[in-house]
Amino acid sequence: MAIATEQPAVDLREPAGWRRTKNRIATAAMVLSFVVVIIPLGFVLYTVIAKGASAIGWSFLTSQIPENLSPLGTGGIGPAVSGTLEITALATVMAVPLGVLGAIYLNEYGGNRPLARLIGFMADVMTGVPSIVMGLFIFSIWVLHFGFSGLAGAFALACLMLPVVIRSSDEMLKLVPNSLREGSYALGATKARVTATVVLPAALPGIVSGALLAVARAAGETAPLLFTILTVTSVNANVFSGPNTSLPSQIFSNATQPYPGAQARGWGAALTLIAIAFILMIAARIVTARFTRYSR
Amino acid sequence: MSAVTRAGPAETAGPARALSHRRPLGDRAFQVIALSAGLLVLVILVLIAVTTSQQATSWFSAEGFKIFTNNWNPAANQFGALAFIFGTAITAVIAVILAVPVSVGIALLLTEVVPRRWAQPIVYVVDLLAVVPSVVWGLWGILVFAPWLQGIYTHIASGVTGIPVLENLFGQPTSGESFFTAGLILAFMITPIVTSLSREVIATVPAIDKEGAYALGATRLEVITGAVWPHSQGGIIGAVLLGLGRAMGETIAVALVIGSSPAITSHLFAPGYNMPAVIANQFGEAAGVFRAALIGMGVLLFAFTIIINLLARGIVARNARRMRGA
Repeated sequence: MAIATEQPAVDLREPAGWRRTKNRIATAAMVLSFVVVIIPLGFVLYTVIAKGASAIGWSFLTSQIPENLSPLGTGGIGPAVSGTLEITALATVMAVPLGVLGAIYLNEYGGNRPLARLIGFMADVMTGVPSIVMGLFIFSIWVLHFGFSGLAGAFALACLMLPVVIRSSDEMLKLVPNSLREGSYALGATKARVTATVVLPAALPGIVSGALLAVARAAGETAPLLFTILTVTSVNANVFSGPNTSLPSQIFSNATQPYPGAQARGWGAALTLIAIAFILMIAARIVTARFTRYSR
Repeated sequence: MSAVTRAGPAETAGPARALSHRRPLGDRAFQVIALSAGLLVLVILVLIAVTTSQQATSWFSAEGFKIFTNNWNPAANQFGALAFIFGTAITAVIAVILAVPVSVGIALLLTEVVPRRWAQPIVYVVDLLAVVPSVVWGLWGILVFAPWLQGIYTHIASGVTGIPVLENLFGQPTSGESFFTAGLILAFMITPIVTSLSREVIATVPAIDKEGAYALGATRLEVITGAVWPHSQGGIIGAVLLGLGRAMGETIAVALVIGSSPAITSHLFAPGYNMPAVIANQFGEAAGVFRAALIGMGVLLFAFTIIINLLARGIVARNARRMRGA
């Protein structure tokens, strides 16, 4: 009985039936909370697929963006697709190597030093910086001096991706067993060589999968692009200068149009965007499932 | 400090010593490159604060403390941002109130109820909410969800007429686009992050505590309230704060469904505005002090989210340390 009195939250004198009922209610509430989440998710995915599928097609994905009032069937979202692919690719090329290097510093060199702890902590904090602030930042530091361009958009997306890549790569590097490092040191390898030829390859699948998820997230971002690429309707093959467009910006401008054709193109673009995100996410899962050597 | 130097015998004469004194250039260069990549995080954060504040100075100097008044009229050069700050707070709070119970419920379901092989599919499904881009939530919100909600709002409003407090909160719906719609969509969007953070926290509860409670004959609910909750309380508060930070900064979905009219009101079903939404919607036509005001709201947003994040990460880290010590 002494034990029971030390645990005030568990009052064993309550009638057993009522305790069991309360338990059932609690379990039901937990299941219900999952159901509550499925409903909006199903609702939004169903709507996007139902409305987007009728719009989408090869010519829709490749042809020019028409006037807003023109009906569905004329033109498509070609410039937005190419813009999104170019800008996201450019952002990936900037953010992933830097992020992986940052993670290497945190994990291989920094260890428990105050500076490394500070950088790790600030990387966490940086993931919480709103994407629109990144857009304003690149606007202030780049666009005001060099004008709108796909490159500026890529800078903003890269700023968003950087802390995410650092954090996910850091987790993966932590999982590489120390015995691998020690074995290589025992053979006389330098730290750089151990990192580049032993630690990184061992952690690579996890790093790739984390990077793919970061890319999937960045591809859907609108806010950082609004003030960095502007939204135009013509194709701009030059990512490095001149206003550009992207799928999210196009959806944002079409969403407030009263014309059914423009709205339908918005749904088609939304389906395209979700499809891109899904493909990246599934690729990440495949990499994780098939190639991961060390996991939690 | 490579391990090689320390591994070598200290008194060896000749070439071994020459080798041990300096690390090869490539090795040091690699360390410097990695360090600068890490430092980039700090540099970017400082640059964000400096450059955006610089662009916003004309707002701060023109309005002074009047930036915190409810007086927004760009045509008359009046840029008081209180309505937008209010909107940011109210939508984020609605989102957190709606999302947190659900997220903690799912986190408990994952850790305490379902077997491991069911947990993974549930996590995938919840994470899908985060895969849907903000702008798609907004498109769905403005074209499908808000029109549908309008009918429900009208029903609720007619149900609460005459009831003192509820009437002030849920009365006078004008359209489906409102503070509440924005808060609701934000709740969908922050559920995955709050769920995964809460789950991480709950997973650190020592199995021995739970097993001990079960051995005493406690039901699952009693294990949760008696053993799991006291351990994970702090961490979950951190998770909630991080969710709040996310909800405050989320832009595009809110910009489309909030109704775009600056207002300070107790009516949650009335159209409103918040800081990210006004920046996104009006930046294109803004110049001079107007643009400075919008960038200045970005600075405020940055400051708020940084403070919330510092607080939350601090709480989570302290909680994790305490748990490891326990």
